[in-house]
Amino acid sequence: MITTVASKALPVDEELKIQKNRIEPENDTGSKKRISVVTGIHGDELEGQYVCFELIRRIKEQKENLKGIVDIYPAMNPLGIDSITRGIPAFEMDMNRLFPGDIEGNMTEYLAARIMEDLTGSEVVLDIHASNIYLTEIPQIRVNAVHEEQLIPLAKEANVDFVWVHGASTVLESTLAYSLNSIGTPTLVVEMGVGMRITKSYGDQMVDGIFNLMKKLGIWEGKTAAVRQPIISRNPKDVAYLNAATGGLFVPAVRHGAQLKEGELIGRIINPLSGGVRDEVRAPMDGMLFTIREYPIVDEGSLVGRLLRTL
Amino acid sequence: MKKNTIYEIQGLYRDNFRVTGYEFGEGEEAVCIVGSMRGNEVQQLYCCSRLVKKLKGMEEEGKLTPGKKILVIPCVNPYSVNIQKRFWTVDNTDINRMFPGYDLGETTQRIADGVFRVISAYRFGIQFTSFYMPGEFMPHVRMMDSGLEDTELAKQFGMPYVVLRKVRPYDTTTLNYNWQIWETQAFSMYTNTTTRIDRKSAKEAERGILTFLHKQGIAQYHGHDGYLSQIVKDVDMVSVRTGKAGLFEPAVSVGEEVGRGRILARIIDTYEGEVIEELTAPVDGIVFFMHGEPLTYADTAVFKLVVREE
Repeated sequence: MITTVASKALPVDEELKIQKNRIEPENDTGSKKRISVVTGIHGDELEGQYVCFELIRRIKEQKENLKGIVDIYPAMNPLGIDSITRGIPAFEMDMNRLFPGDIEGNMTEYLAARIMEDLTGSEVVLDIHASNIYLTEIPQIRVNAVHEEQLIPLAKEANVDFVWVHGASTVLESTLAYSLNSIGTPTLVVEMGVGMRITKSYGDQMVDGIFNLMKKLGIWEGKTAAVRQPIISRNPKDVAYLNAATGGLFVPAVRHGAQLKEGELIGRIINPLSGGVRDEVRAPMDGMLFTIREYPIVDEGSLVGRLLRTL
Repeated sequence: MKKNTIYEIQGLYRDNFRVTGYEFGEGEEAVCIVGSMRGNEVQQLYCCSRLVKKLKGMEEEGKLTPGKKILVIPCVNPYSVNIQKRFWTVDNTDINRMFPGYDLGETTQRIADGVFRVISAYRFGIQFTSFYMPGEFMPHVRMMDSGLEDTELAKQFGMPYVVLRKVRPYDTTTLNYNWQIWETQAFSMYTNTTTRIDRKSAKEAERGILTFLHKQGIAQYHGHDGYLSQIVKDVDMVSVRTGKAGLFEPAVSVGEEVGRGRILARIIDTYEGEVIEELTAPVDGIVFFMHGEPLTYADTAVFKLVVREE
């Protein structure tokens, strides 16, 4: 059933609505266990759109196996999705810096607070992101070290390739995931693919992971695919950030996800005006290239990739 | 006056990105003044350009105290100003959310680091900044309520108000906050506007800064002292919010005293012209902030009032 979680009238003849689709068992099982899938907080990240579609499609095919509630929120930031805008248009604000929101606050704070209210109490929430328009990511879950204990067991079941436990940061305290985790609603942040695009294979991988999670939580009784055993990284030294030493056009020399040896060429930063190579980006250690630059123009400092040390 | 390049990045098809500083005097790093950090902060750029001109003249007249160095950086983000884009050209990040910066990080982290390495040594830091919501302010000096601030010092600007801002999680990466953490006394200077020039409030800010420099023994300035500043906490201001979205028709001006019940603005239906809401003052006060766009959303704080002291 599609319902409206929050709505506000816009100035000219339009209602802003945040909607969800609740799928419940055909026969009341008595279980109130609920999994929530959230995406589209950043309006230019679309990978989660396909996940929502495919998840609903597959559940409907075998509805008899559904034993709990599945809530799907495909568009947390509808105005951003419509206008290829990462933040909330007109406000120039990152929606994922507004949580837990304020029910008495301005429009954006109100929307954030209503979303929080609606998600609270889920067995698990998956907040699906798609990196940004500059970088492609392999399917991964990012976990704040503060909530590591509760989240790692769930993250292991989600069929991702990599679980990245990162250090606490004050700025991240205003994200949806941090806010929900802080009040006891386990929330996993998924990053996969790239902004403004759909990577179907990653979407399918994620849907398999969601079914597996549902099964572990007693929400699904149907068949599920075997899930991948993710690499779990807790040590910041295991991740190398590859930042451009100079501006130019980044042309990769290897595939995303490649296993690289120290010193191996990852790509070149070239100057199309002079025909020269401004810099060569090489692997600083043996590892897997889990992030790679998608948008070719780089400034000095732009991230061109991230490497996870071979353990 | 010495003109220095504080930070530089090689461009591909554009001229190099340069952050330029104007240094007056030598010796103790006394005060650093920073202008526009976002591409739409034109008033902030204008205020700094006025100060550079003024300080140049004062230096020639021997009115700057020997042994005290003043640094003015009119613009930390010329690339964005030149294309009239608020945030960073390629990735849309905000330099004022990147402090203290990171020299091996992303572009705007590197810019923040390159600038902060130079300016963190100063005893006083003054940043002309802008508010995230479009609108007009009473000119004021703002400080983070971090426990490290000295409000008595802020009164030396002689601006009508000193506002103490409660620190939110996202403030911890701003220049002002990091200046304070690195033991610079930091002040944010707000004039009336951002995207257009307002000479009157720019002159008031200039007078405020020169008065402060005089009181700190950094420069000789004999203008009028300004106001006896009132200290206000941002959380104590009274917000007036819209209940409905529509056309915003203000009935008062910034700085105006209003009595309780006074109509502040009307919200008008965008199709039918009917007044759908009247916003009234819930307290006796002074209009400190007013929304600056012709349209408004619902639940938007379109006014902030300072409650009138008894």
